[in-house]
Amino acid sequence: MPALDGMTIDDITTGFEFLGDWEQRFSYLLDLGKKLPPFLETDRIEGNKVHGCQSQVWLVAHVVTHNGKMRIEFQAVSDAHIVNGLIAILMTIYNGKTPAEMLAIDSQAIFNRLDLEQHLSPTRRNGLHAMVQRIQKLATEHA
Amino acid sequence: MSLAQPNTDTNAPALDVERVRGDFPALHQQVHGKPLVYLDNAATSQKPQAVLDTIDDYYRRYNANVHRGLHQLAELATQAYEQARIKVARFLNAPDARQVVFTRGCTEAINLVAAAWGKANLKAGDVVLVSEMEHHSNIVPWQLVAEATGATVKPIPFDDRGVLLLDAYEKLLSEGAKMVAVTAVSNSLGTINPIGRIVDLAHNAGAVVMADAAQAVPHMAVDVTAWDADFVAFSGHKVFGPTGIGALYGKAELLDAMPPYHGGGEMIEQVKFTGTTFAQPPAKFEAGTPNIAGAIALGAAIDYVQAIGFDAITAHEKQLLDYGTAALQSVDGLKLIGAAPDKAAVFSFTLDGIHPYDMSPVLDHEAVAIRTGHHCTQPVMDRFGIPATVRASAAFYNTTDEIDKLIAALEKVKTIFA
Repeated sequence: MPALDGMTIDDITTGFEFLGDWEQRFSYLLDLGKKLPPFLETDRIEGNKVHGCQSQVWLVAHVVTHNGKMRIEFQAVSDAHIVNGLIAILMTIYNGKTPAEMLAIDSQAIFNRLDLEQHLSPTRRNGLHAMVQRIQKLATEHA
Repeated sequence: MSLAQPNTDTNAPALDVERVRGDFPALHQQVHGKPLVYLDNAATSQKPQAVLDTIDDYYRRYNANVHRGLHQLAELATQAYEQARIKVARFLNAPDARQVVFTRGCTEAINLVAAAWGKANLKAGDVVLVSEMEHHSNIVPWQLVAEATGATVKPIPFDDRGVLLLDAYEKLLSEGAKMVAVTAVSNSLGTINPIGRIVDLAHNAGAVVMADAAQAVPHMAVDVTAWDADFVAFSGHKVFGPTGIGALYGKAELLDAMPPYHGGGEMIEQVKFTGTTFAQPPAKFEAGTPNIAGAIALGAAIDYVQAIGFDAITAHEKQLLDYGTAALQSVDGLKLIGAAPDKAAVFSFTLDGIHPYDMSPVLDHEAVAIRTGHHCTQPVMDRFGIPATVRASAAFYNTTDEIDKLIAALEKVKTIFA
């Protein structure tokens, strides 16, 4: 199940490639963040926080079994718009996949292709990696 | 305390900003294709060529360990290192250079006092007062020693402008306090605290004062004798010197009575397995090989700042403060955090509906270097109910033109997030 209006990571990559300058890519990232599904206020609790991010990030996940296959669905949100854009990309990459599929994903390569990381500060890169680690941990637990 | 106030004397010699900027190589570079606007001076300052040259000269010409060797290079290094101590003492108007201990920075200096003075003087039930606007480095060392001794740490509150509540402070003092740890200038609010008055009140109540002068020394003349403070600490890198060097000033009788902080070479008088005796201060607190190059280069930074003069520096920075305050207030939705009447040129702010962390990449792409975060003052953020601020902090080499560029970059932020 893709995350955002049936958008795939290839759509996002094409979108990024089409946009020339940094400002346009930045705005595109913000637009992606605005497409995140609504996050329950009651889920914004300490236990759901992803630590290692400068801004606050909450993440909830649950396991669904569909056609006999176990898939992990998750949702996350931040109080910073840019981070919501990054979450949108992560959801497009990971959401609704089986644990084995999740663990096989090279998110670093995808982010390299998006040519995004050079525009993120090192501390924000750490935050992004903290989210990826949290997702991979979920996958490992259910693998 | 007149010494802690910005000098607004119109007769002060004007600062030739373009000339002094020429002394700072790092200021002349392009970031993301645009000229750098460096407004992160409360985090660290850039270094003048004189400081860079001093470091280079030390390592090329007279690198040797201090106080130990009996050869020419060791002699030159020792002389320069001790000369730097004298420069720091004069810079702070300390009565005697022996009251200046070189440390790795302000944080280590405070930890030294908390550990050494605290261990000898604090016991269960004692109270340490720290202002609510302290940097974590003037809170956590006291919490650590409080935990070890059974003492408690209590905050001195401030008002909505960021001004310390002296009435509340006096009340807390009257309830008994052994130590008052307070900053001379707040790194996140810019507030200039009346250290002289705070010291007077503390001494009347029998308490000792540790003043954090890290954010004061780059901007105003600090006079530890006029303050009558018991301990004063600062970092070299915030006053245009290198990182990894700082200084602690202490009253002679307090330093004499304190046990050592770290053990090692240099700090001893005699070492025997039956018992070791310690050297006199400051050597007692300088175990191991110190940051020799750092100390000498800090001396060069002090020479540099004093050649410009604090009359010119404070007058110029007051201009930047007034100009920046007016300019930022004209930005729709911008809220300045920290509006003390006595303030350094530090601008902490939030923008309605835009997270500080969303602003920083845009500002960075506009080549405006600022700091985003809680600035190691989480209690200040809690006090205002905000997660973080954007902080622009000026030094004497900044210009009103750079503040205009900050404002233009903020307008860009607003366009992008509209």
